Amino acid sequence: MSAVPVLSGPATAVSARGLTKVHPGGPTALVDVDLEVPVGGFTCLVGASGCGKSSLLELLAGLAAPTRGEVTVTGATTLLFQEAALFPWLTAARNVELALKLRGVPRRERREQALELLDLVHLAHAADERPHALSGGMRQRVALARALAQDADVLLMDEPFAALDAITRDRLHDELEAIWHRTGVTVVFVTHNVREAVRLGEQVIVLSSSPGRVAASFEVDLDRPRAISDPEVAALSTRITSTLREQASLRAVSS
Amino acid sequence: MPSAPEAPTHAAAVTFRGDASPSATRRGWSVVWPRVAAALCLGLAWWLLAARSGGEVPGPVPVARRLWLELTAGTLPEALVTTLGRATVGFLAAIVVGLLIGAAVAVSSPLRAGIGGLLAAVQTVPSVAWFPVVLVLLVPSEGAILAVVVLGAAPAVATGLLTGVDRIPPNLHRAGHVLGAWGIDRLRHVVLPGALPNLVAGLSQGWAFAWRALMAGELLVALDGRSSLGATLQASQARDDATGLFAAMVVVVAIGLFVDEVLLRRVDRAVQRRWGLLG
Repeated sequence: MSAVPVLSGPATAVSARGLTKVHPGGPTALVDVDLEVPVGGFTCLVGASGCGKSSLLELLAGLAAPTRGEVTVTGATTLLFQEAALFPWLTAARNVELALKLRGVPRRERREQALELLDLVHLAHAADERPHALSGGMRQRVALARALAQDADVLLMDEPFAALDAITRDRLHDELEAIWHRTGVTVVFVTHNVREAVRLGEQVIVLSSSPGRVAASFEVDLDRPRAISDPEVAALSTRITSTLREQASLRAVSS
Repeated sequence: MPSAPEAPTHAAAVTFRGDASPSATRRGWSVVWPRVAAALCLGLAWWLLAARSGGEVPGPVPVARRLWLELTAGTLPEALVTTLGRATVGFLAAIVVGLLIGAAVAVSSPLRAGIGGLLAAVQTVPSVAWFPVVLVLLVPSEGAILAVVVLGAAPAVATGLLTGVDRIPPNLHRAGHVLGAWGIDRLRHVVLPGALPNLVAGLSQGWAFAWRALMAGELLVALDGRSSLGATLQASQARDDATGLFAAMVVVVAIGLFVDEVLLRRVDRAVQRRWGLLG
């Protein structure tokens, strides 16, 4: 099943063909997943818990090998998790500087670049704070700055805002959108929140659960900037949610 | 406590105000005064005991006078140089050995299966129990004393490092992985700093073992003519010199406490604070 039309225009940043992942001695996480993300695209993957979203991201990030199928990623990837996973012994700026250092940026340029990146996520004032002194939203911003410091071409995000309160999440949506515009980075964003997916993505791919496969794909051509409360966002979300429900009931009938 | 927001009540507005948080000096004092009081009580009890024993137990004043005498005569400094020298060399050697063993066990699962249990076993042996073995193998020498100090302290250091490595949160390993920290970079930027809080706790415990082992060693292994704290205790006992014994004991306790409470505890707190493990 190829739910995603292959566009002839823009180059492809991430492409998956017939991706299947069976955990050794465990369940089948993904079956025959096809995926195309254009360079500079913003694709959201939605699905219920256990639909193999995280497994898919791990395959795209190269952290795990597929059982069958192939993944092609043009350029370097980086991965953001639900928890910020900052090094607690380093300040916000030092966390970002470490990413720069591991990328080979010379020592003299690191501090300045780190501060620029923190400024990009509106955290320049907290550069010298340690992670435990920051709120959840601030930590996630630092993690975003650290990921951007890797200068990766593809930003893979695994439910990065799931643990945040609604107001902080809305603000981070705005910031992520702005950063995506500014940097032209390709984003693959995994979430279980359909509205969040519609708010952010150019393309929303619905995964069915156990095993995960692509159930449907939606192009989101709503004007930006969008807000999660926009009626158009709500309308499309409702359509996508009903698709998800159908999938779930189909699964229940067939099994 | 921050002040609570004003509660909207119908009858009258009630505002809750918290107390201002106590200043740093006041908090410092609240830690200091119980210790001062405890020390005073101990001194008083000692003095009472000495007064009632009819001269059997030396009181604080003669002991203090003796300490001053030994200090100015140069006998105490001479003993301290030997003992602290041994303590430093022995503890440092134990740290090196402990780190090497801990690192080896941490990275190799066969070693962990084989040696992991052995570390715990070695740690249960009281350091005095090593002396007969070590003396048979190494004859009474500086080496024998150091060997026992290392045997006492190194397992604690190794265990501290091992626990530290095991307790690094998996998400930090993942973050290091994603950032491309491999090999030596991973060790330097993820594993060692991640393990540090537990390693420092291991060092603290290692010091306590090292100091005990050293005192036991200096009592059991008399090296001809070298003065040391242990030798001073030994000599005082031989002369039936209770004042000298008490004076030496005061020094033993003072050094053990100083290193643990003042040096290691301070490092421990600094690390915990920086790692965000303290409030």
